[in-house]
Formats: sequence, structure tokens, C-alpha cells
Amino acid sequence: MKEIRAIIRPEKLEDVLAALEAAGHPGLTVSQVEGHGRQAGLTEQFRGREYKVDLLPKLELRIVCKDEEVERLMKTIAEAARTGEIGDGKIFVYDVLDAMRIRSGERGDVAV
Amino acid sequence: MGRKKVLLAILLTTLLGAGTALAADPTGAETIKADPGQAVDFVWVLVCGFLVMFMQAGFACVEAGFCRSKNTTNLFTKNLLDFVAGSLAFWVLGFAILMGKDWHGLIGTSGFFLAGDSYDVSTYLSFFWQMVFCATAATIVSGAVAERIKFSAYLLYSVAISAVIYPIYAHWVWGGGWLSKLPYGLGHLDFAGSGVVHAVGGLVGLAGAIVLGPRYGKFDKNGKPRAIPGHNIALAALGVFILWFGWYGFNPGSTFSAHHLRISVIAVNTTLAASAASITALLIILLKTGKWDLGMALNGVLAGLVAITAPCAWVESWAAVVIGIIAGIILVIGVYLLEALKIDDPVGAVPVHGFNGLWGLISVGIFADGTYGNYSITPPFVKGLLYGGGAGQLIAQIIGAAVLFVWAFGCGLILFKLLDILIGIRVSPREEIQGLDILEHGTPAYPEFYTMRR
Repeated sequence: MKEIRAIIRPEKLEDVLAALEAAGHPGLTVSQVEGHGRQAGLTEQFRGREYKVDLLPKLELRIVCKDEEVERLMKTIAEAARTGEIGDGKIFVYDVLDAMRIRSGERGDVAV
Repeated sequence: MGRKKVLLAILLTTLLGAGTALAADPTGAETIKADPGQAVDFVWVLVCGFLVMFMQAGFACVEAGFCRSKNTTNLFTKNLLDFVAGSLAFWVLGFAILMGKDWHGLIGTSGFFLAGDSYDVSTYLSFFWQMVFCATAATIVSGAVAERIKFSAYLLYSVAISAVIYPIYAHWVWGGGWLSKLPYGLGHLDFAGSGVVHAVGGLVGLAGAIVLGPRYGKFDKNGKPRAIPGHNIALAALGVFILWFGWYGFNPGSTFSAHHLRISVIAVNTTLAASAASITALLIILLKTGKWDLGMALNGVLAGLVAITAPCAWVESWAAVVIGIIAGIILVIGVYLLEALKIDDPVGAVPVHGFNGLWGLISVGIFADGTYGNYSITPPFVKGLLYGGGAGQLIAQIIGAAVLFVWAFGCGLILFKLLDILIGIRVSPREEIQGLDILEHGTPAYPEFYTMRR
């Protein structure tokens, strides 16, 4: 089992969800996060004085899936989330030790 | 005679018990029998007064919107309580000092608690009008001292300004005091209170901001000012619309008579100055940063409104636009000037009300065009420098503005220093960082942002 964590642009969420739906509807969790990669922040202003916003709002998607699905889902997410501009985000993949479906108590691959 | 002088005369005669026609009339029957036209004047003044009272809501929204969410409960509490405590203090002391029997041009001395012969429909009308104006001056300070003043200190300040500081200066200008009798022009003039209300509030606020010191994080280690963005621009914008609307009571209502059709001129001037100041401020910031800055455009509206408040009855439309443009420039310079002086005024109350209040007073002496008198539609009319009135009126305006600065700023410094020595006026650093809502009031304005145990 693997966990895919994708940091994406908030405005790309609908495209990514639609693409994942077409790719077989894997379960996922979405969190609002802030951060920056190599992208610089934004300059905003309040009553005539400018200030820098270093951490930008992003969304983090977490998907736990079987090992053989990882490649396909990463590509699906990347294609849907890409604009080609700086700030498109990143995708990371982690090993998952175990899983349990709370309702039935099932463990491992069948639980995800 | 001016409205204030008329009222003073009525008050004096009632208090002295002279003349049956003008004796205290709590029923109102005598008053309307003597002049049936009084009915429309009463309605006019009261409706305008209700609009002025609603400006409290505008101030509360502007200040809360321009400050951070963690101080929202605190700002609304301040804006409620300065009216609540201030109106009572004005009833106990303030009104008597402002409109009571004059003592050597310095102070009024009768009508405490609206008791005795003050129980009269005309006197109560005057009280209501002067009370909502006093409350406006009091609430202006709230913005300048926002996000760091102890609530207890603010409550005591509210009583002090409503009972003493505001009424004494207002007596000098509107209560028949010495400034109104200056031997230049028609004496010092301030139609609806650029000076009496706004500059007094703004300059007491300046004193408060200086004594308190800047908010944590306003200036970095090198002393460079930093923006502390407000948490709700929509709320601030709504507040400015409410204030602008309320100003149509504040300025036109100051004729104190619906029989002065000059009210249409006043309404137009009020609008044009606000618009001219707003667009001026907006364009200056656009030149500087390349962005359309709503916050400064909103402050610009208020700057224009404050500046036109003194001259609104005495000038024509082009002058209102010029007064507004200059108000917008003064506003922007003022905002940056305060930051350069390391003074933290979170919502811009000092440039908006203080600096532009003084500008409004001076503008009367320049632009007054000789079409309206001292709250009167009969001569003598007020004439400024540009309309052949000579320098007399301008001198009276400058003297009044200088006296106002010394009085309001001086009283403010003494008051806040005294409060600081007695009870301490600034919250602890921990409380300032956590926000005043939780530690001062126990009521966060947006509790859904916290995880609560039920």
C-alpha cells in the first residue's frame, strides 16, 4: 500500500477530482494548507502600504491505494493539476504499513 | 441669530424664568402655538439626529473591519459603550457645560441632568442633537487607540470626553463662548463640526495613540512600518457607506431648521467633497503601487466628509470639490507622516478626523461665498478670502483651529497619561497577541474558528 500526497493549486481541485473520478474513484482526503516551494510569495497591500505574503494557500490531497495503482493515479493527478506556470505543486509517495476499515474491521489492501 | 444663539437665548430665558411665552414647555403645546412651523423643524432635526446616531454603527464596522478578527468583540463593545456611557455623562454634565448659562465665555453652568426648567421640548431637542454629536467625537478616538487599550481605561476616557473635554470646546464655538465672539469675520465658525466634533476626536485620538505606543509588530526591528491588514474589508466598506449616509443627517441637519432650504446645497457639497477626496486618495496610491487600493479610497471618503463638514453651508459646488481634493492629499500625507513619526493609528482616524477637521475649519475662511449666514438665511453672510471677504474670517478660522489643537491634543495627553499612571492603559503583551476579545471580554467574535469541548 502507498499513500499519494499531492499539493495542488486550490483552483485546480475540481479538475483533479473529475479526473480521479474518471480513473476509478479512489477515496481521498483534502486539507487546506499553506506553503511555498521555489515559487516566491505575492505582494498585497492595505491602506497604501504593501506587504509580502510568503505562504500561499494550497490544497493537499491524500490518497491511499494499492501499489500497482500508484503510477496511474500520479499521472492522472499531475495532468489535471498542471498549468505549466510556477506554483503548480508537487506529488509525494509514501509507504503505508497497514489500514483498517472502521465499519467492518477489515485490514490491509481490502480496507483502502 | 444663529441656531445656537437662539437656543441659548431660549435656554437662558427659561432658566431665568423670564417671559411667559418662552417658559419651560414640557407639553409642547405652547411652542407649537407660538410657531406652527416648529413641527417640521422638530421632525427635521430629530430625523437627522437619528441618522447621526446611526453613524455609531458605521464607526464600529469601519474599525472592526480595518482591525484583526481577534479584536472584533472589543471594538464593537467600545463603540457601543462610548455611546451608552457618553450619553449618560452628557446628560449629567456635558449638556450643561455646552449649552448652559455662559460664564465669561468659557463654560456653561446650568441644565445639569436636564432638570428644572430644562424640562422643555425645545431644550430636549437641543439636548438630543448635541448628544449625538458628542457621541460622534467620542467614538472617533476608538479607532486610533484600537487593539491595545484596556477596556476599563477606554470606558473612563469615554466619560471624560463626553462630560468635560468635548462640551467645553463646543461651548466656546456653539454655546456662545469666546471663540464664537472673536472680533474677526463673524467670529470663529464651524458649521457642522469639522473642528468641534472631528478634529477634537481625531486629536484626542492622536494623544491616545502616542501615549499607548504602537501595536506589537507595527514597526520592525529597524523601525520600518509594516502593514497589519484588516480582517474584513467588506465590513469596513459597509461602515463607510453607513457613515456617508449618516452624514446627510450630520451636515444638512445642522441648519437646525427645515426652513433653511440651503439644506439642498449642503447635501450636494457633502457628496462632492467625499467623492473628490476618495478618488484623489485612490489615484495617489495607484501612482505609488499600481493597484486600486479600496482601503485608502474608503478613508478618502471619510476625509472628504470631515473636511466639508465645517464649510458645507457656506460654499458652492466647485469649492466643495477643491476642498475634497485637498482633503484626499492631506489624508495620504497624514497616513505616511504618522508612520514616519512611529505613531500607530490602526484605522487612520488621526489623518481623517484630526488633520482634515483642521483643514475644514480653515477652508471656511478661504471659500465661503457670502450666500448663507451664521445659521441664518439673512445677512450678515459669511465671506472668505476668495469672495472679497478679506482675511478676517480666515484669521478667525486659524485662531479657532490653533486653539482646538492645543485644547484637544493637550487634554488628550493629560487624560491618557493620568489614566496610565492611575490604572495603566495598555493591555499586557500576551493579551495583545492573543487578542482582546478572549482575555478582556471572554467572547471571541468568531467562535467557530476555535475547537470547543462541549
